[in-house]
Amino acid sequence: MNALTDYTLHLADNQLILGQRLCEWCGHNFVLEQDIAMSNIALDLIGQARSYYQYASKLDGKKSEDDLAMLRGEREYKNLLLLEQPNGDFANTLARQFFYDVFHLFQLEDHLKSSDESLRAIAEKAVKEVRYHVTWSSEWMIRLGDGTTESHARLQHAVNKIWMWTGEMFEASAFEKDLIEKKIISNPKDFKLSWDQKIQEILTEATLKLPLEEPYQHGGKDGLHTEHLGYILAEMQSLQRTYPGLAW
Amino acid sequence: MSQKDWPLWEVFIRSRQGLDHKHVGSLHAADARMAMENARDVYTRRLEGVSIWVVESKNIHASNPDEAAQFYDPAEDKAYRHPTFYNVPDDIEHM
Repeated sequence: MNALTDYTLHLADNQLILGQRLCEWCGHNFVLEQDIAMSNIALDLIGQARSYYQYASKLDGKKSEDDLAMLRGEREYKNLLLLEQPNGDFANTLARQFFYDVFHLFQLEDHLKSSDESLRAIAEKAVKEVRYHVTWSSEWMIRLGDGTTESHARLQHAVNKIWMWTGEMFEASAFEKDLIEKKIISNPKDFKLSWDQKIQEILTEATLKLPLEEPYQHGGKDGLHTEHLGYILAEMQSLQRTYPGLAW
Repeated sequence: MSQKDWPLWEVFIRSRQGLDHKHVGSLHAADARMAMENARDVYTRRLEGVSIWVVESKNIHASNPDEAAQFYDPAEDKAYRHPTFYNVPDDIEHM
């Protein structure tokens, strides 16, 4: 597989796994309005995942989009470790979403300038969706961070807990380095400073503190996952594995 | 924060072709900004509209059904209030 295929799969897996995580909230959210809001975001992400899998399938030339999404092994998934972390409470889901949304928007804005036509086309559609995701998660960070003693404490706890998974977003993997060299994408490190500023701006308004330690977890891009991904895949793939070729 | 603490809001949406905002339903939200976003998420997910109004339900004053007779019935036999008694010249279109 070449670097572009790997990178496209990485993007596809990011949206699929986070989308699947958000779907777990469906029917369990704390108010009906947010149940729908979160499901909308999940569906945006799964729609984006589909576009990336279709492109990856075209690049790959052998596996179908469904095979790529549903029939790979755990070590073949390239999503960020951040996105496979369990939902926990609403605060935990929110902190995970917020850190990713802000990154995701910078990443898509970079893809808008890509020399690769397909990455650019997908970004053009996705960037509008993700702008809203950033609005949604930023607002809730501020509401709950600067909310009650309980909501503040829970969200600060969530931020502290999820923080260590955020560094991986900015560490270029081998396939990214290849594409950076070919000038298809920018180095994610290039928008680290903008990400820091935006995160800091919202956290300050939310009266939350950014943890001081350096986020150190990584491995997802290379297929080295936490124990959580296996359970997600087991649930997602059980039908296709049990009844191969099953269709609606 | 429990839902019973959040006030009720009425939502009005203007469709792509429409000129007026139509009442589509209600929702709960802590403030106008949240009401706007909730309305976007709940009521525009199938391309229903391009503009949203939200208003807190307590600010809407409804007519009293008990007064329906004195409010509306007197208009029943006033057909002359409809502009249907004019002769429209032939070359006026779209009337």
